[in-house]
Amino acid sequence: MSFPWAEQYEPKSPFMKWLDSRLPLPRLVFNAVGPGYPVPRNLNFFYNFGVLAGFALLVQIITGIVLAMHYSAHIDTAFASIEHIMRDVNQGWLIRYLHMNGASFFFIVVYVHIFRGLYYGSYKAPREIVWMLGVVILLLMMATAFMGYVLPWGQMSFWGAQVITSLFSAIPLVGEPIRQWLVGGFAPDNATITRFFSLHYVLPFVILGVVILKVWALHIPGSTNPTGIDVKGPQDTLPFHPYFTAKDFFTLTLYLIAFVAVSFFIPNALGHPDNYIPANPLSTPEHIVPEWYLLPFYAILRAFTVDLLFVPAKLWGVIAMFASILLLLFLPWLDTSRVRSANYRPVYRIFFWLLVVDVLVLGYVGAMPAEEPYVRIGQLATMYYFAHFLIILPIVSAVEKPLPLPNSIAEAVLGKSAAQVAAAPSGGVVAQPAE
Amino acid sequence: MVRLVGMALGLVFCFVLAWAFLVPREATQPDPVKLLHREPKEVSWPHTGPFGKFDRAQLQRGFQVYKEVCSSCHGLYHVHYRDLEKIGFTPAQVKAIAAEYEVPAIDPNTGETITRPALPTDKFYRPFPNEQAARAANNNAYPPDLSLIIKARKNGESYVYSLLTGYGEEPPPGFEVPDGLNYNPYFHSVNIAMAQPLVDGQVEYADGTPATVDQMAKDVVAFLRWAAEPELEVRRRVGLASLLFLSILAVLSYLTYRRVWADVKP
Ligand code: HEC
Repeated sequence: MSFPWAEQYEPKSPFMKWLDSRLPLPRLVFNAVGPGYPVPRNLNFFYNFGVLAGFALLVQIITGIVLAMHYSAHIDTAFASIEHIMRDVNQGWLIRYLHMNGASFFFIVVYVHIFRGLYYGSYKAPREIVWMLGVVILLLMMATAFMGYVLPWGQMSFWGAQVITSLFSAIPLVGEPIRQWLVGGFAPDNATITRFFSLHYVLPFVILGVVILKVWALHIPGSTNPTGIDVKGPQDTLPFHPYFTAKDFFTLTLYLIAFVAVSFFIPNALGHPDNYIPANPLSTPEHIVPEWYLLPFYAILRAFTVDLLFVPAKLWGVIAMFASILLLLFLPWLDTSRVRSANYRPVYRIFFWLLVVDVLVLGYVGAMPAEEPYVRIGQLATMYYFAHFLIILPIVSAVEKPLPLPNSIAEAVLGKSAAQVAAAPSGGVVAQPAE
Repeated sequence: MVRLVGMALGLVFCFVLAWAFLVPREATQPDPVKLLHREPKEVSWPHTGPFGKFDRAQLQRGFQVYKEVCSSCHGLYHVHYRDLEKIGFTPAQVKAIAAEYEVPAIDPNTGETITRPALPTDKFYRPFPNEQAARAANNNAYPPDLSLIIKARKNGESYVYSLLTGYGEEPPPGFEVPDGLNYNPYFHSVNIAMAQPLVDGQVEYADGTPATVDQMAKDVVAFLRWAAEPELEVRRRVGLASLLFLSILAVLSYLTYRRVWADVKP
């Protein structure tokens, strides 16, 4: 699963030789993230966010395991056990703030990673499955983060759980039984917190499993690159180690600086103050808002305000909210352009940036109370969101005239004269030799 | 096929949204309470800002205000008496403070419920045994736990300070303040069940600081900030050290990156 010019693993010490012939773990690492994995040489810093996302996942798992040692999943003690962690457990405040803000940072890097994929056409053949596994990870992340937010059993935990689970009751006929089955009762209660804790603990490991599948699938064609053209020869690539390990490590330090600055100096800026009030089923908060990373989807949910075509407004909202994520699974077939990178797609590029602005607007509207002008802005923004993926993208990719592509990555990086372009048929697809 | 279904779905969504967009809205009346409600005042403390530190004397004064005024209605659920050592009380002082309160206990010999003086390892004494008792004594309002109040309100410190110093204004003519409530434009509903808790000279500070409402409010808010975030100073110190370390690491890793790539880029 690599290019034919990839460096082969040669165990040097007798011990490695012994180990490699029995358990080829060193070989696996060498081929996955070592010198045995050739990577397009022209990747920019946006390509580092995948590794950062993997790091963020590990931070969540490690801090989460420690928190679970001190947390108590019971409605009578959950809130106090969090304060016990914050005050009485050695460095408990550190672990908890890292976990809390780690979730936000995980979403930040994943969102950048997704938009990078949208810009450079990373979802196109032959990487459809890499992309679809990514969508699965996003869904799992959202479920995990939502359940994690319920665990402190503060006001937003309780009311967030109430709002999100009640979405299921919008489904005709079976909705209400499904909701009660998910919650384990008529309203969020002890049965809810215990099952959410159980799932919140296990889902990150499921995510880890999907990440492994995704990296595996990625290693067959390798990464895309800013030109979007295929790798054609050794002059187009560099071994992952040391080139990209060094680059990733540098970006990791920048990521850590931002992460530490927020976690240590404004640890509650991304959260909601109401979650420091213990859950009270008898007192509804003035505004119920989800965590910031779910706000765009919350805005889509709330944009549907009228019953139409025999479908109640709430059900429209629920369908649209799920559709807004699930449609990403079909992206490889909605966009038919053969050119991957938006650098060479002048029309698509405009709509891409409109989408970025649109999602930011949706996030803003999601945080605002459901009143004018926010509702109408949200409706326009939701319209654009769906129109972008379902209508504009298929049309643009059919009618757009892309800019001329460079002949090879090496040529794009080094200029025509310096590149020793391999004699590959220009424009033709180079077959990816399997190992 | 995917594209056709997608386009149909997209058109349906857009149609429904456009319809919802065009449906006329009922005119909403501006909420009279919202117009009276005021944003918190701007205040700062010695511990404000990323490098600020608590003023121990202020925390001790704030504790005095809490103990002598607020604690008759509000608990400090998550704080232990022993924590007071961190704001400069000696172990003997802490022991004496704790011993002023009687807490429920079980007699080890007879098994009967008794009371005993609180120990430094006990949590702060709660003024009411449960919410019902608290409401019964407070006109059916519930005085919330104050140990997290600064984190549990937007603009926590400024808000609580403004609330404590925001009494005494006459409500605008025509605005009825219900019986048993007090006008305070900083509270979300502008009518708060808590009567003005602080008046000038209510406590006598040992260090001679004049006990104005403003001073007491600042002091008790500083104390409540500490009660909500006892780790604040350590957190900032560790954060600064980590940032320093990471900045150096970032420079070194950048140089490494450039060195590794030196032979690659033209
Ligand atoms: C006589 C009893 C009493 C005393 C003494 C008292 N409070 Fe209160 N406090 C209340 C009650 C009752 C409420 C609930 C008010 C409501 O919900 O309308 C309250 C509410 C509060 C709130 C919450 C406001 C909000 O946003 O919900 C804060 C903060 C507060 N008090 C601070 C203090 C401080 C600080 C002191 C000491 C200086 C103090 N209180 C003294 C009875 C008291």
